[in-house]
Amino acid sequence: MNWEAFWLTVRLAAIVSALLLAIGIPIAYWLTYSRWRWKFLVEAVVALPIVLPPTVLGLYVLMALGTRSPIGRYWDKLTGHPLAFTFEGLVIGSVLYSLPFAVQPFAASFSAVDDKLLRASASLGESTIGTFRRVVLPLSKAGLVTGFVLSFAHTLGEFGVVLMVGGNIPGVTRTISIDIYDQVQAGNYSAANQTALALLIISFLVLSVVYGVNRRTWMSTVGPSK
Amino acid sequence: MTSERVIGDPQRNRASNQEPVLEVSARKRLGTFNLDVNFHAGAGFTILFGASGAGKTTVLDSIAGLTRPDGGKITVGGRALFDSNSKLDMPAWKRRIGYVLQDLALFPHLTATENVAFGLRELSAASRQQRSEAMLRAFRIEHLRDRRPAQISGGERQRVALARTLVTEPRALLLDEPLAALDRPTKALILDDLRQWNDTHRVPILYVTHSHEEVFALGEQVIVIAEGQIVAQGLPHEVMSVPRLETVAQLLGFENILPATVTSLHEERGTLTCRVGAGPVELETPMVRAEVGSGLCVGIRAGDLLLATEPPRGLSARNIIPGLVRKIERRDVIIAVLVDCSGTDFEVHLTLAAREALQLEPGKNVFVVVKTHSCHLMTAI
Repeated sequence: MNWEAFWLTVRLAAIVSALLLAIGIPIAYWLTYSRWRWKFLVEAVVALPIVLPPTVLGLYVLMALGTRSPIGRYWDKLTGHPLAFTFEGLVIGSVLYSLPFAVQPFAASFSAVDDKLLRASASLGESTIGTFRRVVLPLSKAGLVTGFVLSFAHTLGEFGVVLMVGGNIPGVTRTISIDIYDQVQAGNYSAANQTALALLIISFLVLSVVYGVNRRTWMSTVGPSK
Repeated sequence: MTSERVIGDPQRNRASNQEPVLEVSARKRLGTFNLDVNFHAGAGFTILFGASGAGKTTVLDSIAGLTRPDGGKITVGGRALFDSNSKLDMPAWKRRIGYVLQDLALFPHLTATENVAFGLRELSAASRQQRSEAMLRAFRIEHLRDRRPAQISGGERQRVALARTLVTEPRALLLDEPLAALDRPTKALILDDLRQWNDTHRVPILYVTHSHEEVFALGEQVIVIAEGQIVAQGLPHEVMSVPRLETVAQLLGFENILPATVTSLHEERGTLTCRVGAGPVELETPMVRAEVGSGLCVGIRAGDLLLATEPPRGLSARNIIPGLVRKIERRDVIIAVLVDCSGTDFEVHLTLAAREALQLEPGKNVFVVVKTHSCHLMTAI
């Protein structure tokens, strides 16, 4: 078992799901309450990573992060090293890749909060943001946990995006799934099997937490929000 | 401040200078539904009465800022909340209008105390605690302090919802059938608590209901709304039984609609006598605000009429009218009997068994029995 790859993966997944909690809540908030007529386009964009092959997403992220893109150049100027094939680049790619797995459960749980409670809160003098903080968020706990755990689990097992954006640098971008791939390539089946089993068990435990918290079906939380 | 209050006294609904008045003028189009209301409500109860779908809730939502009228102006105590002319539309949460919804909308994740303290976030923790405790005591629900809404019974939930709204000291209070689900004694107790609160907090209270009974029980100023328009305004006995209440739609259910002329008023027993049609038939009906000689319409359901083959005695019904059976018709399981009472026809509905028992045939002499309260008065049509 490659512990270096293991801890790198856990660190990546933890950072990504934490970031997605911070980014996903405002996006889900906007998706739930906005009455913009083109909102469905944004919904489609957010859901893209579910259907897109990870290599496609990875390719675009790589192009966006590379030194030829403005983002990549700016990062290079700021930090002195390029963004592609680094841990930071991996975080960015993974955040995009796991976005729907956080945003959709968030949005679904926000819109499940009874509109009457929002009206009651407003008539009690609470602002829209205050109502969101004091009423919507606490009542969406299950959806927040689901989104957090799913994006964690999803990042844990990603392969295509990591390969495209991160490459295979030990200790920097070599995650468990890449490690398994390497071992299989090297004909090292028993090591691959060990690591794969570890990943399987972790994923199972993580999903058990989701079900335990929610007692709802996976599809109803991850599926398109109403 | 007038704190001496007598139920049914119209004076107390007239706002004195210090008491805030709620002035509402709102227009809103929702599909084919057209809301257009214009009224003001002084401190104390004002009842908004009307069938469901009449626009009562839209009126409350407009005042609370939860829906935006197409036009109009809404002020409380002279301060504008909405004014289409100056493009003012204060957000709901800045209006300080208390609004208790029919299904209460208690926050399920908060205890009763936390629910009551919800609107007090600007106070310090200590005074927030103190205020909500006092409110829980005033509404006799201090024992529910740490319980969540799911663990609280119906009537007590109503109290929590009221306490939660009242503790914020709103400038006006909107109650959307908050007591509809309660039994009468519980309802009366809560209304008493509300009245007591209103004695010290002289703000306008708009109370929405579609129950006649509740309107009379409250005995306050009533605004009657039908199809988005105010159709009557006054004290319950002035507006509730007054002819105009029955609209064309309501007329449809009445088989007997007869023109009538008021012949005498009996204020002491709350009735009046009117001559029906051109003939000599007179009916004693409930009192309405009408003058002797004025023309009205009496509506009586055929199923509310009784037939007797002999002059009935020892009967509470005030109207016993002799007549002649003209026609008998069977409609499904109903027997429709047309009775000619000296030129005025009544349609009476009987059961098959009743027809058997009375051996009714055309030409038979009968007596039509009409209960006073089966007579519904309407404007002449």
